[in-house]
Amino acid sequence: MVLDTGTTAWLLASTALVMLMTPGVGFFYGGLVRRKNFISMVALSFIAFALVSIQWVIVGYSLAFGQDIGGFIGNLEFVGLSGVGMDAGDAAYPPILFMVFQLVFAAITMAIVTSGLAERVKLSSFILFALLWTTLVYDPLAHWAWGGGWAASIGSLDFAGGTVVHISSGFAALAVALIIGKRSGFGQYSMEPHNIPMTLLGAALLWFGWFGFNAGSALAADGLAANAFVVTNISASAGALAWLAASWVRGKPSSLGMVSGAVAGLVGITPAAGYVGPMAAIAIGAVAGLICYAAMLFRLKKGLDESLDAWAVHGMGGLWGALATGIFASAAINGYSGLLEGNVDQFIANAIGAISAMVYAFVVTLVLAFIIDRTLGLRVSEEEEYVGLDISQHGERV
Amino acid sequence: MKLIKAIIRPERFDFVKKALEDKAIYGMTIMEVMGRGDQKGIALQYRGGSMMVDLIPKIQIEIVVKEKDAEMVIQIVKEAAKTGKIGDGRIFVLPVERSIRVRTGEEDL
Repeated sequence: MVLDTGTTAWLLASTALVMLMTPGVGFFYGGLVRRKNFISMVALSFIAFALVSIQWVIVGYSLAFGQDIGGFIGNLEFVGLSGVGMDAGDAAYPPILFMVFQLVFAAITMAIVTSGLAERVKLSSFILFALLWTTLVYDPLAHWAWGGGWAASIGSLDFAGGTVVHISSGFAALAVALIIGKRSGFGQYSMEPHNIPMTLLGAALLWFGWFGFNAGSALAADGLAANAFVVTNISASAGALAWLAASWVRGKPSSLGMVSGAVAGLVGITPAAGYVGPMAAIAIGAVAGLICYAAMLFRLKKGLDESLDAWAVHGMGGLWGALATGIFASAAINGYSGLLEGNVDQFIANAIGAISAMVYAFVVTLVLAFIIDRTLGLRVSEEEEYVGLDISQHGERV
Repeated sequence: MKLIKAIIRPERFDFVKKALEDKAIYGMTIMEVMGRGDQKGIALQYRGGSMMVDLIPKIQIEIVVKEKDAEMVIQIVKEAAKTGKIGDGRIFVLPVERSIRVRTGEEDL
């Protein structure tokens, strides 16, 4: 096969779509924090994007997609993008396009982790943490699933990053929140979201960008991409309605709950988008909405300040999505059968892939955050936290 | 009648409201304000020097009460708004000439 212009055009567009999700995470999170930390929250996502962009072209892409070393990590053949060129050879798209398509996934993953650091992280320490985290956690996990690592070789399926992006960022956010500690005053007085429409706008950018995330992951402009596009939208809708209904039963049908449910549905379908059909997507999305809602209630009941629920939505939603892929995968879509078609092995392979990523991301993040906290300090001073990170870290006000 | 005007920490407002409610003081007007006191705000220390944040967000509560309740309300606000650290705010007490209910036209509280 020589370069296919349709596929190349679609991957270029998908990359730009996924890029928009990273500021989308920033605006989603920014609306949820107090006004004094609004700029900080949006800025963290942009900074994550810029840092990972540079890390990825220098070393990250090579660690994730270089020649396999022991199933764990790639070698350094693509350091500085050496040999990652414009010539597609016998592929449908050029290597340099695949590189940047993967870059935007690495960047959004870092942005999601900022949930656990909200309203209290020291910017300089975050920069170091982000560079180390994306190198030590994201790059190996991307290699395991997509770069020829062990997870792919045992047959664990992850179409667009349910494990690599969502389980890893969700459980990392939980780990880092445990190390940095609760926000001052958490649990004593209310810390209400300061701008809900901003969060709704962020969710809109995420939902929009997710079409590139999932349908782009077909790595072709074909029927499978279209199927991924459709099931993505179905699952987001089912998740939105499920969370909306659950919050209605307990009180008012909250708009924040609805968009959280939509993101839960999007996370849930991410690993499954290339393997399941439309009706399975309804089930995956609706269950994702309910599981993530329950996880959030559990988190609040335990008094954990994983502030913006990356763990509940991305971590637990990603875990469900990985298992759901093993349950609902249909041979009619992409040749893989799940539990419902009698293939127990697929379910087991996916469970192993998901649980390994969960444990790896949680433990490595815990150690990394602990070391940075004990040396540089992850957290701002009490006064800086009180006046807010906008002023203390950026010298700016909304 | 007295107007009690208290400028307090935003994060203490829930406690003040609850404490007033416990003593059956319900009516109040709330404003989000910015201000500073004798310390001219908060100085943040950095390796390269210091940075002054001179205006800090506060909540201003206005409560009009009968003469005899004024001291009680002052005590409640004083206790519930206090953290003991610089920046707890101030309470001002002003005389009120008249109070008229718009719906019925009745005077006084």
